Amino acid sequence: MNTVAVIDYGMGNLHSVAKALEHVAPDARVLVTNDPQQVREADRVLLPGVGAIRDCMAEILRQGVDREVAEAIASGKPFLGICVGMQALMQHSEENNGVDCLGHFDGQVKFFGDDLRDADGEKLKVPHMGWNIVEQTLDHPLWAGIDNGSRFYFVHSYYVKADSRAEVAATCEYGVEFDVALARDNVFLTQFHPEKSHTAGLQLLKNFMSWDAKS
Amino acid sequence: MALAKRIIPCLDVENGRVVKGVQFVDIRDAGDPVEVAKRYNEQGADEITFLDITASHEGRETTVDTVRRMAAEVFIPLTVGGGIRTCDDIRTMLNAGADKVSINTAAVFNPEFVREAAERFGSQCIVVAIDAKKVSQPGEPDKWEIFTHGGRKPTGLDAIDWARKMVELGAGEILLTSMDQDGVKNGYDIGLTRAISEAVHVPVIASGGVGNLDHLVEGCTDGKADAVLAASIFHFGEYSIPQAKEHMRQAGVEVRL
Repeated sequence: MNTVAVIDYGMGNLHSVAKALEHVAPDARVLVTNDPQQVREADRVLLPGVGAIRDCMAEILRQGVDREVAEAIASGKPFLGICVGMQALMQHSEENNGVDCLGHFDGQVKFFGDDLRDADGEKLKVPHMGWNIVEQTLDHPLWAGIDNGSRFYFVHSYYVKADSRAEVAATCEYGVEFDVALARDNVFLTQFHPEKSHTAGLQLLKNFMSWDAKS
Repeated sequence: MALAKRIIPCLDVENGRVVKGVQFVDIRDAGDPVEVAKRYNEQGADEITFLDITASHEGRETTVDTVRRMAAEVFIPLTVGGGIRTCDDIRTMLNAGADKVSINTAAVFNPEFVREAAERFGSQCIVVAIDAKKVSQPGEPDKWEIFTHGGRKPTGLDAIDWARKMVELGAGEILLTSMDQDGVKNGYDIGLTRAISEAVHVPVIASGGVGNLDHLVEGCTDGKADAVLAASIFHFGEYSIPQAKEHMRQAGVEVRL
């Protein structure tokens, strides 16, 4: 049976993502768990996360989620990180006066700033909350059936800038251009919330549930 | 091309049924909240706000069940408001599948609750609902005050100061309702909406007063709202979400089509 482990480390609402996975893959088994054994045995792993990075990283380290993540990534099984679950895999975040992250991807997590403005000089609200255009920069199985330029739902005040452009799967613009999807081998990360992004988001999750991580 | 202005249909729910208070007095029935939410989801609504106006304890159980059923079928952000007074209330709603909760009266009586909630659950899921009424006389500079109890009780709190304070305490979004305009159908209080939106760095949802699609446009352009909320114009089929979005697009407002 196709099993997906949604890693539960006490940060945020996992109901949405679990419900969305059940919706797109009714025959799959969706486990919301922090049991290392269950994560190890799962066919695919999803790392969610909301809230402040300091609290997330503290829980990740305290509960040994860092080891589960490292193991899952090394195993070659499909791995999806969402929102803070993406940011936690970078090297470092500016949030909470600077927090070291897991460093699976080279790059930084930066603050949008207190005086973010669009091209016309209009002040932009922070957090970046709502539906924005996602420009796909890489051909990837997780984009199958999703039009380039589709809107996805975001809610975040810090953004990812990856060092290697080759690992960037999508970008978005909000005062600055930033990276909203990264991909390398069996790992795919999104800043946006596919579980809240209606048709396009559900398609991405559906693609993830059938992805073999070999292409 | 940029971030889209959000259109948010609001479901006022009492004992498991959608109702709409016109000036919080006259109530009409618009059906099963899950069916209504599904319809809006399919039509392309950007978010759903679920306002629970149930008074009784038994009714609250129904509400949690409704949120749970809704969250299993609606894959856009879902905000639940009404009767959120403790962190346990918040946890119950988030566990049932809400993405955000909206805090209103409890914030007025205990502002520290907003801080506690934001620290525990993150600002991204804490919406503070502000019900404001104009208290300045014609000819005076505009002034709005916070009211509670469906607009009946003044608090003496200045709306702009209050909004700033709520954001400082950790509100991730403001749901701003004009109690003068609510149910009147002649448009948002644009002055109020703009004043609050310019005063805070978080998104502001305009609410109260929508009677036609131009009002949605005005809320975004003149009012500088980040999202527009409406209930009755959608519930009773006067306008559909796609019609609203097309109208806004033609007026130059960025929307998700």
